[in-house]
Amino acid sequence: MNKVLSVQKLSKSFGGLAAVTSVNLELFQGELVGLIGPNGAGKTTFFNLLTGIYMPEKGSIELHRGSEVFSLQKRKPHDICRLGVARTFQNIRLFRDLSVLDNVRTAMNKNLKYGLFPALFHTGTYQKEEEELVEKSMELLKIFDLESKASELAKNLPYGDQRHLEIARALATDPVLLLLDEPAAGMNPAETSQLTRTISWIRENFDLTILLIEHDMSLVMSICERMYVLDYGLMIAEGTPEMIKKDPRVIKAYLGEDLHA
Amino acid sequence: MGQFLQQVLNSISIGSIYALIALGYTMVYGIIRLINFAHASVYMLGAYIGYFAMTYFGLGFFPAILIAMVLCTIIGVLIEKIAYKPLRNATRIAVLITAIGVSMLIEYGMMFFVKANVRSYPPMTGFLTKTFTLGSMTITTQQILILVVTIVLMVILQFVVRTTRIGKAMRAVSQDRDAAELMGIDVNSTISFTFAIGSALAGAAGVLVGVYYNSINPLMGMLPGLKAFVAAVFGGIGLIPGAVLGGYFIGAVEVFVAGYGNSMYRDAVVFAILILVLIIKPAGLLGKSTREKV
Amino acid sequence: MALLQKGWLKYILMLLVFVVGQVLVMTGILNDYLFATLTTLCINIILAVSLNLITGFTGQFSLGHAGFMSIGAYVCALITMRISTIPGFLLGVFAGACAAALVGFIVGLPTLRLRGDYLAIATLGMAEIIRIVFLNLEITNGAAGLNGVPQFVTWPWLFLFTAGTIHLISNFIHSAHGRACITLREDEIAAESIGIDATRYKVTAFVMGAFFAGIAGSLYASYFYFLRPTLFGFSRSIDILVIVVLGGIGSLSGSVIAAILLALISTYLQSFPELRMVFYAVALVVIMILRPQGLMGSKELSFDLLRNLGRSRKRRSS
Repeated sequence: MNKVLSVQKLSKSFGGLAAVTSVNLELFQGELVGLIGPNGAGKTTFFNLLTGIYMPEKGSIELHRGSEVFSLQKRKPHDICRLGVARTFQNIRLFRDLSVLDNVRTAMNKNLKYGLFPALFHTGTYQKEEEELVEKSMELLKIFDLESKASELAKNLPYGDQRHLEIARALATDPVLLLLDEPAAGMNPAETSQLTRTISWIRENFDLTILLIEHDMSLVMSICERMYVLDYGLMIAEGTPEMIKKDPRVIKAYLGEDLHA
Repeated sequence: MGQFLQQVLNSISIGSIYALIALGYTMVYGIIRLINFAHASVYMLGAYIGYFAMTYFGLGFFPAILIAMVLCTIIGVLIEKIAYKPLRNATRIAVLITAIGVSMLIEYGMMFFVKANVRSYPPMTGFLTKTFTLGSMTITTQQILILVVTIVLMVILQFVVRTTRIGKAMRAVSQDRDAAELMGIDVNSTISFTFAIGSALAGAAGVLVGVYYNSINPLMGMLPGLKAFVAAVFGGIGLIPGAVLGGYFIGAVEVFVAGYGNSMYRDAVVFAILILVLIIKPAGLLGKSTREKV
Repeated sequence: MALLQKGWLKYILMLLVFVVGQVLVMTGILNDYLFATLTTLCINIILAVSLNLITGFTGQFSLGHAGFMSIGAYVCALITMRISTIPGFLLGVFAGACAAALVGFIVGLPTLRLRGDYLAIATLGMAEIIRIVFLNLEITNGAAGLNGVPQFVTWPWLFLFTAGTIHLISNFIHSAHGRACITLREDEIAAESIGIDATRYKVTAFVMGAFFAGIAGSLYASYFYFLRPTLFGFSRSIDILVIVVLGGIGSLSGSVIAAILLALISTYLQSFPELRMVFYAVALVVIMILRPQGLMGSKELSFDLLRNLGRSRKRRSS
């Protein structure tokens, strides 16, 4: 299998508080991997380091595309997205006052071919490419059953649709690696199982690798083939769902907490 | 050397005034994250109140400055209650635009009532007219007065903020408004109190400027207001010691650029410093930087 | 029916405005005084629309628009005072706009990293620095200013530059690049996460805004033939901001409507300049408290909007 992402000894602290300490992680082409851990374990910080929102203090992040290797640790977020890493956010960050269609088609800007002149004078190049953008966006929206709501404002969508739209927006950037930050947060069991199916479908139909943060163990256990467990910023375990279930450190750190709660 | 010391002395006087105004900016910013443009207008009103108290009521310097401080306190609290409080949950830009509006309203409203012409403060009497010579330096009583009044006000401020209940509430609200509210602190009255203190200091600064420069006009607040804000940013906005440090620094820059460079570029240098500080260390000299949580 | 398509209607409307204006000028109904008001109005529209691109659409709060205007005005004045012909005038407008855009680029690149009110104060500082520089330069004749700038502005030029500015900025906003700018206003972190280079688009919007403000300044110089640094102070920037805020942050037609409205009001208040400023101030505060999104919000005046309005009115009456 081809390696897609390799993270080595990644560390970040905030004002003396270690948020992520010497974390290693590897992802291979086409995998669906879960990243779990109790609240405050550093999962979202880890995503923010991968996507350039935070600068790592130590360690390396490498993205493999074919034979090329890009190191991500000193790049800006938009640059990292251009290299093929897309993400969603734990607390949905849609462009709330833009239409559903605009949310998706702005995410296609990185492959935009026309420049400032066609934009100012609405030339033929502009017309042609704009039509293509709408077409591609509608195709993507169809996957999430959102094409009939294309002209609605994002903020007026129901919660579940907003989560879906955020995933559609991330896919519109044409990623090789998709990072999903608690996509099922706030969903009911029916919505969660619908989402689970969608995620599996995306993995099969788009040529990409998915890393999924989830607080809810059952979802991750059911669809991920491999998982990582983060606790107090340390990667305490890695393996298949069966191995993780039996790992005493995980039970102590994660399940233990849940059992007492 | 003599000239240099004289310049230092002048910077201390001007710096004191900037520091007094900057304190109001910094405290209000610390508590509601607003650049209170209207603060400079309150300073202008302070100067006019002092002028009217001395000219029409024949009061001395000390009663005049006290009256100015009291009235400015009331005005500052009213501005907050009428213009800013309804916007507590609005965007920061909306509140900023409102602040600009309030400031223009006060300045041009004042221009309408008292006309745009420059007025002179009445001449000082008694011991306030004396000057001292120290080597080649000349020290006026007004300069000593400015420094003494500033120090006294800062000591009182420090005492209030550090030891009193309301001072502690102010610090708590500026750290985390929601948490402070949950702990039973009355956030609204704490914000009002912050405006009250800041406005009192601005009122005092207004009277001191009137006495020192001897001339006032309705738009006198604009430029010093901006420079005092620069001072607050320089020291680290939200920090009381930062405002004092920044005030004296900006005062010194201004006096020395005028004294040794080109006085015409005095204000340009101050604004260039502002832009540099914002680019290099936006949290200011004494501040720590923070990032938005994602 | 093709003629009734939205795109065509826009051009027909523009042509109509031009022809009506031209007739009014030729018949002398638009006397010198009214023409001066019209010129001010057009300049304010250009300024407001260009500031709206920066503040309304891209979400970058700028308090220094008068600074860019002054650069355009001085550069155009200096050129037309030497080459006093129509090509000289056009060269002056173009050079003025480019000079403003260049300064916009130099200032924008470092300062646009700042957020919200910090950017506001930095742009304010920049405008003050520009004003002080003009106050001290020999070539601009310092505080006394430039007098006797040749007058070239006529209705066709005025119309061309105003309609052109609105048209180009509107086109830009309705392009992928314009939408990228709007995402920055909405959520910068999300925008970066979908590959939008925030700095690049902020600088683009800022430079474009400065360019058109430079055109407005050039027109000002070439009509009012007299320039002084005090004309381009903080209160001029506020004037422009009031138009943008009143019309609606993120609405081009709102800016145009607000500019017309304020032109009417200032014509009535012209003998009381202090009252005009007091009125502006009250307008700002009242809008922010009662209707912070402005008259138009982020909506545009369009035939769809009018139709919808008609429909909802009918619904209400039935």
